[in-house]
Amino acid sequence: MKAKIEKKNKKIPIKLIKSSKKTSGIKKKTKKAAKKVTKKVTKKVAKKNTIKAVTTTKVIQAANVKTTKNTTKTKTKSVKKGMIFNYAPAPESTKVEIQSKYNLYIGGEFVSPRTKKYIPCVNPANQKEISQIAVAGKEDVNIAVENARSAYENTWSKLTGTERAKYLFRIARIIQERSRELAVLETLDSGKPIKESRDVDMPLVAQHFFYYAGWADKLDYLIPGQEVESIGVCAQIIPWNFPLMMAAWKIAPALAAGNTVVLKPAEQTSLTALRLAEIFSEAKLPPGVVNIITGEGETGAHLAEHHDVNKIAFTGSTDIGKLILRNVSNTGKKLTMELGGKSAHLIFADAAIDSAIEGVINGIFFNQGHVCCAGSRLLVEESIKDVVIKKLKRRINQIRIGDPLDKNTDLGAINSKEQLEKIKMLVELGKKEGGEFWEREGSVPKTGNFFNPIIFWDQSGSCTLSKTEVFGPVLSIMTFRTTEEAIQKANDTNYGLAAGIWSEKGSKIHHVAAKLKAGVIWANTYNKFDAASPFGGFKESGFGREGGRMGMFPYVEVK
Amino acid sequence: MNIEVLKTVKMFVGGEFIRSESGRTYSFCPFNNIEYARVCGATRKDFRNAVDKAKGGFKNWSSRTAYNRSQILYRVAEMTQGRYLDLVDNFVEVLGMPEEAAKEEIQKAIDTMVWYAGLCDKYTQVLGAVNPVNSNYHNFSTPEPMGIIAYIENENFSFVRLIDHIFSLLCTGNSVIALLNKENPIMTTILGEIFATSDVPAGTINLLSGDLEELAETIGSHMEVQGIYFQSERKDLLAKIKLLGVENMKRINNITSKTTQDINRVINFVEVKTVWHPIGI
Repeated sequence: MKAKIEKKNKKIPIKLIKSSKKTSGIKKKTKKAAKKVTKKVTKKVAKKNTIKAVTTTKVIQAANVKTTKNTTKTKTKSVKKGMIFNYAPAPESTKVEIQSKYNLYIGGEFVSPRTKKYIPCVNPANQKEISQIAVAGKEDVNIAVENARSAYENTWSKLTGTERAKYLFRIARIIQERSRELAVLETLDSGKPIKESRDVDMPLVAQHFFYYAGWADKLDYLIPGQEVESIGVCAQIIPWNFPLMMAAWKIAPALAAGNTVVLKPAEQTSLTALRLAEIFSEAKLPPGVVNIITGEGETGAHLAEHHDVNKIAFTGSTDIGKLILRNVSNTGKKLTMELGGKSAHLIFADAAIDSAIEGVINGIFFNQGHVCCAGSRLLVEESIKDVVIKKLKRRINQIRIGDPLDKNTDLGAINSKEQLEKIKMLVELGKKEGGEFWEREGSVPKTGNFFNPIIFWDQSGSCTLSKTEVFGPVLSIMTFRTTEEAIQKANDTNYGLAAGIWSEKGSKIHHVAAKLKAGVIWANTYNKFDAASPFGGFKESGFGREGGRMGMFPYVEVK
Repeated sequence: MNIEVLKTVKMFVGGEFIRSESGRTYSFCPFNNIEYARVCGATRKDFRNAVDKAKGGFKNWSSRTAYNRSQILYRVAEMTQGRYLDLVDNFVEVLGMPEEAAKEEIQKAIDTMVWYAGLCDKYTQVLGAVNPVNSNYHNFSTPEPMGIIAYIENENFSFVRLIDHIFSLLCTGNSVIALLNKENPIMTTILGEIFATSDVPAGTINLLSGDLEELAETIGSHMEVQGIYFQSERKDLLAKIKLLGVENMKRINNITSKTTQDINRVINFVEVKTVWHPIGI
């Protein structure tokens, strides 16, 4: 009998792992499968890591280190005790190799920067330096663009759509296989909770490559009646809030359309993009098709203004977006801008209040509020204001703040010291402007960039916190009496990225959704993203869409 | 002997025929250099007033059903057919076009009107999508009009192009302020009369005559203009407008294409909105 159980146990993982390869992402599987798959991934990663030769290597691991061997031992033990399942290894037990310094990824190789300059990468959760990244100067930018140009002319634009698709599919698969490693690295570098990098960011990264792969050989179906072609070399500049996800959102559609890319990740969070570079090499993507250059704002400016760049895709603050636009508006470069927001989150009295509260929590505290579409303006129907604030307070007190690598952590570290200072400054300003505020009870870790969530209400619509994008866990609450007032207040902003509506009345939802001037409307949900779903804003939140069919439009030109 | 009545050609704003608030007019001499009419010179204030009217026009026009917009634009085609001979006269007298060429041009323009009239209730189907997201949500994306679009006409008059561009903006529900060119400013009246008798809501389409150089700054910097469709040859003014337009992120497009009846033109001045809703019991 015992032997039988053991035999059965041995069989299960193989079968499940196989099936897991058929479906995409870990998310969809049963818990049982997820646990087993995790183990497999850990093993794989560990295996890979031992093979790879790296100059200097730091291995980041949590205190309770479990090697794969140990895990196997516990397994046999627990089986003897009659337990069928084992605990999955903690996410932080995934070995992640981090080199002491990283070079620029140009022409399919890592090359040292001509500037000879490197800047530190800091783990925001403990302020410790984890690595160093190269700073690309003008000369490096030139070399990167030259490589992208030559790859465009000689290789990438000459491939058939299906061949391009196969490269993208292959990349998607490798990302899936290395997703645990990528998630841990993302969390170390950016301070976001592992729960989010593991369950949201990484699955979306893989999905974006998977989704856009399929478009590469279907460009004839993109715009009805129109023949389209690729644009050329794309300069892509991305922010620090969703480092790898933004890289995927930018690179996947660009490559599918037949363009080549020079990507500049944010200086705070470049490590996962550089890991993605390794994946490109692993997938044997032709050299120069994607080049990843690191550095600060100046590097981005050199890249955006480079004469041989045909398209600029920028995600970041509205201020920087406008700066770029002013510099390049008359160069004939194609542009897409995903900029800031001050998104309204509407709760009507007929909403399912408890669900709405969860939605609001997710809307403003997801990724520490470092989300361009964060629901930072909560508009509540006056009759339910008190109950909403009461329930919000109780729920906010349940938020666990701490080590981003702990899978129970809800709110991780603020991405950088500068951002923490900015949030503090805006909150102090908000406190002085009148109205009421309440801070989450309980402390936050002393070391690292942590910030206690805070909510404001009874402030006027012209106050700083009602107008300015904070990009942190700060919520501003206002009220309305009629549906028309709600719409008017929600639209009373220069931004137009996203909005949320909570109501159990379908007709009201459709009415309000149609009137709101925002690119993404979440009805009875918030902060949902998908490779198949277009994302992007109205008005000063930018132009162009990412995701879905519309996400391809900015990367093609009509013949 | 009959003395010809020289008229002042008025502009069409907010459904009314108006003179410039400044009272300014200039003499218009067509190709044969004989004074044909006096034409209004729109000022910066005229443009701002037109934006106010266009705001009301947008509210009304964009909230009409697509079927209704479609019928109204088709009505414009019907009314244009009714003014066929007037238009032929105008093109012969003002532009010096041979009669046959004028007739061909007008017929082509009417066909273009009909094409866009029929697109009103289809463009969301052609460009929109229901997106198969990887979770239990109903998710759909639809294009919708941006708002007020300023249209700047090319210096070389082409009726077909003018109609094609204006209608590509109107069919989705945008309201338009068009600055017509100096070669045929008489169009403000003829087209205005056609629109005024076609049930197009007041303020939806506004036609100004005036000097682009003078108006460029106001057009580029107006915070309530969402987009500019720039067809003038004045690249220096385009550069100026583009720079000013950054402030409120105007969607500025100067792409010229020889084809008419083009869905791609529609794409340039719509915004895509994506709505999510959970699916469950």
